[in-house]
Amino acid sequence: MLALYSNPKWLSVVRGAVEHLAVTLGFPPVQSRSITRAVDEALSNVMRHSYSNRPDQPIAMYFRKTQRQHEGELQEGLEILLCDRAPAVDKTKLYGRSLDQIRPGGLGLHWVRQAMDTVEFTRKGPTNRLRLVKYLAQSSDAL
Amino acid sequence: MQISARRQEQTTIFDVSGDIDFANSREVRESLLDEIQERRAGCVLVNLRQVRYIDSSGVASLVEGLKASRDLGSRFILIGLSPAAREVLQLSRLIRVFEIHDSEEQALAS
Repeated sequence: MLALYSNPKWLSVVRGAVEHLAVTLGFPPVQSRSITRAVDEALSNVMRHSYSNRPDQPIAMYFRKTQRQHEGELQEGLEILLCDRAPAVDKTKLYGRSLDQIRPGGLGLHWVRQAMDTVEFTRKGPTNRLRLVKYLAQSSDAL
Repeated sequence: MQISARRQEQTTIFDVSGDIDFANSREVRESLLDEIQERRAGCVLVNLRQVRYIDSSGVASLVEGLKASRDLGSRFILIGLSPAAREVLQLSRLIRVFEIHDSEEQALAS
């Protein structure tokens, strides 16, 4: 579990931790970078949109190994839960823009959905919970 | 992240290094737009060779620089893409939208 405040200065620290975790769990470098990018974008969105750039609001991140049966194969993976106490998020805004548009903004959510196998948003009591899961294509002893 | 500017007549070269993320992309955006819109540089080169990481807000800053340049009829060129910068521009399908050169010399000669 990682507890932090919504100050963007923590983004680089979280990126370092997530990429190291993904590599340690056996994800190849490209996937480790895409998982890291997804978490970074999700966290930035919480800081920017949910907390409206206030730097002193609480964020909690939980990491755990998980697994699933997929097409007859046991796949192991990494589950990340990102929790904040901001007002409820409008789910209709949780979609990235089309990449055919050349304009600033909207790329982050696209990258999150592109990188992760599961992107699930729920509201539980006063907490926004974003659940991100990425599975390894094949079982790895490293997990 | 560090960003510095070198000026040669109508050309401005920005050297950017480190991580461009939500914590500092505003600084990149403001530096680029100031050079393009206020100083009216005829050509802006952004050297990304030393960039280790760039998030969507960093990419958005580059897109804004490109659009501002197009609006004013100036040139906006990315040079020396680091692997991280190349990766996100490919992911965003923006790699062919920007003018990109390997080096400052190539860009200035083009």
